[in-house]
Amino acid sequence: MALFEATNVHGGYGGMNILNGVNMSLEANEIGVIVGPNGAGKSTMLKAIFGLLHVNEGSIQLRGESITNADPVELVKRKMAFVPQEKNIFPSLTVEENLEMGAFIRHDDFQPMLDKVYSFFPPLADKRKQPAGELSGGQRQMVAMGRALMTEPSLILLDEPTAGLSPLYMSEIFERIISINKAGVGVLMVEQHAKQALKIAHKGFVLVAGQNRFTDTGQNLINDPEVAKAFLGG
Amino acid sequence: MNELVFFINNVVISGLTIGSIYALGAVGITLIFSILRFAHFAHADLMTLGAFFAFFLTAMFPAVGPAVGLPTAFVMLPLAMVMTAVAAVYIDKGFYKPLRRHGVKPIVIVMASLGVTLMLQGLIRMFMGTSARSMYIDDRKGIHRIELPFELASRPIVLTDPQIIIIVLLVIIVIALHLFLNRTRLGKAMRAMSDNPDLARVSGINTDTVVKVTWVIAGSLAAIAGTMLSLDVSLKPDLSFHLLLPIFAAAIVGGVGHPYGALAGGFVIGFAETLSVFNWAVLLRPFRDYLWFDLPSTLAFVPSEYKITVPFFILLAILVWRPTGLFKGKVL
Repeated sequence: MALFEATNVHGGYGGMNILNGVNMSLEANEIGVIVGPNGAGKSTMLKAIFGLLHVNEGSIQLRGESITNADPVELVKRKMAFVPQEKNIFPSLTVEENLEMGAFIRHDDFQPMLDKVYSFFPPLADKRKQPAGELSGGQRQMVAMGRALMTEPSLILLDEPTAGLSPLYMSEIFERIISINKAGVGVLMVEQHAKQALKIAHKGFVLVAGQNRFTDTGQNLINDPEVAKAFLGG
Repeated sequence: MNELVFFINNVVISGLTIGSIYALGAVGITLIFSILRFAHFAHADLMTLGAFFAFFLTAMFPAVGPAVGLPTAFVMLPLAMVMTAVAAVYIDKGFYKPLRRHGVKPIVIVMASLGVTLMLQGLIRMFMGTSARSMYIDDRKGIHRIELPFELASRPIVLTDPQIIIIVLLVIIVIALHLFLNRTRLGKAMRAMSDNPDLARVSGINTDTVVKVTWVIAGSLAAIAGTMLSLDVSLKPDLSFHLLLPIFAAAIVGGVGHPYGALAGGFVIGFAETLSVFNWAVLLRPFRDYLWFDLPSTLAFVPSEYKITVPFFILLAILVWRPTGLFKGKVL
C-alpha cells in the first residue's frame, strides 16, 4: 500500500479552484519533489494535503485512510508534519523550545528525538538556548525541519526548503533531507531549484496550471528532453 | 523627616499598591492581545466582576476572615478567582469565539467586548445596586503604623492589610507567571502561539486549550486586582471606568504583547499618578526660607480629581515618541 496517495484533487480559496485534478503517490521512505512554474499550485497542493485549504473534489489518503480536509492537529497525530516556506519558526522562542513545540502532542519522553535532531543538524546543538529569530536563514530552516521531525513523522511536507538560501546552504539542506529520508521519513517537497531537487527525488511531479503535466521518477524527468527544455532551463 | 514619611506613605506605598493593581490588569490585556489579537475592552469589568464575586462570598460567609485573622474577602479570593476565570472562559465562548470562527476583523471583536462591558456593568448593578459598598462586613481594615526609630520622625509609616497583601501577591504572581511561561509546556505553547499562530496550529498545538488557559489566567489576575483594590478603597459598580484607561495605558506603555512590559507599565502609570497628585509643598516646606517664591499650601502637578488624565497624557506621549512601548511590543 502506498504511504501517501492523492487522487484527482481539486481545491482553492473561496470558489476559485487553483488545483484542477492533481494526482500523486509516494511509497514509504521515498522522496517526492513537486516542480513547476510560478502559480502552478505547488505550495497550494501542500496546503491542501495538510488541511489548510479546502479540497472540493478528489481524495487524499495516508496509508489507505482518508485524510481529505482533516484538521492539521489530527494530521500531526497521524505522524505527518509540515514545514511552511515562510514564518516557519517561533522567533522569540529558543531553538530548543521550538523543537519542544514540535513535540507538543507527545506526552512521552522525547529527549532521544531531541538528541537525534541535534545530530541531524549539528549547528543547532551549540545554539539551543538562543532565540531562533537570531539565527541565519539556513539555520532557521534547520530549526523548522527539526521542529517538524520531533513527532517522528512518517511523512514530512517541505515547502521550498531552500528558498532564499545561498548555494552552499542549499546543498547542505539537500544533504540533510537525504539523511532524514534514509532514517525512514517520507518526504514530499516543493522546490524552485528543480534540477538539483529532482536529482535526489525518487518521484517527481511537474505541475502546470493545477494539473500534473509529467509524473515519473526523478531521474527520468531530468533525462526527458521536453521537461528539461521547458522546466529545467535546458 | 516627617515630610519624607509623608512622601513614603503617599507616593511609595500608594504607587506600589495602585501600580500592582494596574500591572495585573495590564498583564491580562497583553496576554489576551498576544493570543487572540484584539484589545479586550471588557477587561476592567472582569476586574469589577471578580471584586463583586469576592463581595458576594464575603456577604455569605462574613465570619471566615476574623476566624483566621485576614480580611474575609481575601480568604474568599481563590474562589472568586475561579468564578471569574470560569466567567471569562464562557464570555469568550459565548461572544468572541463565534466571531473568531467567522473570521471577522479584530475591530469587530473589540466592539463586541464593548458590548460585554455594558452588559457586565448592567448585571453587576442589577445585583448590587449603584452605591459604593465596603468589602468589610464582620471585620475591619487592618491598619499598621510603623513608628520610625528616629528622633525627628514623629509620624509613622502607614500600611493597610490590602496594601501589604497586594504587594506580596504581585511578587508571587510575577515569579509564578515567569516560571509558567518559560518552564511549562502550556506556557511555552502560549508564547509560541503569540509568536506565530499558524505555525502553532501546524505543529499540533491545541490552540483551543491555549485560548482557554489565557482566559483563565487573565480572569484570575483580574479578580485579584479588582478585589484588592476594592478592599483598599471600596467596591463601586463603576470601578471599571476608572480602571479602563490606566490598564490600557500600562499595557501600551510596556509594549503590547509583552507581559513583563505590562508589569513595568503598570508601575509607570501607578507612580505617575501618585507623583502628579502628590502635594510637593510638604516636601519643600523645610526649605521655604531659601525659596525665591512664597510656598503655597498645596503644590501638585494635577489636582487629585483630575488624576485620570495622567495615564491619558502618558499614553499620548508614548504613542508619539515610542509607539511600540518600552519593551518593543507589537504595534497596535
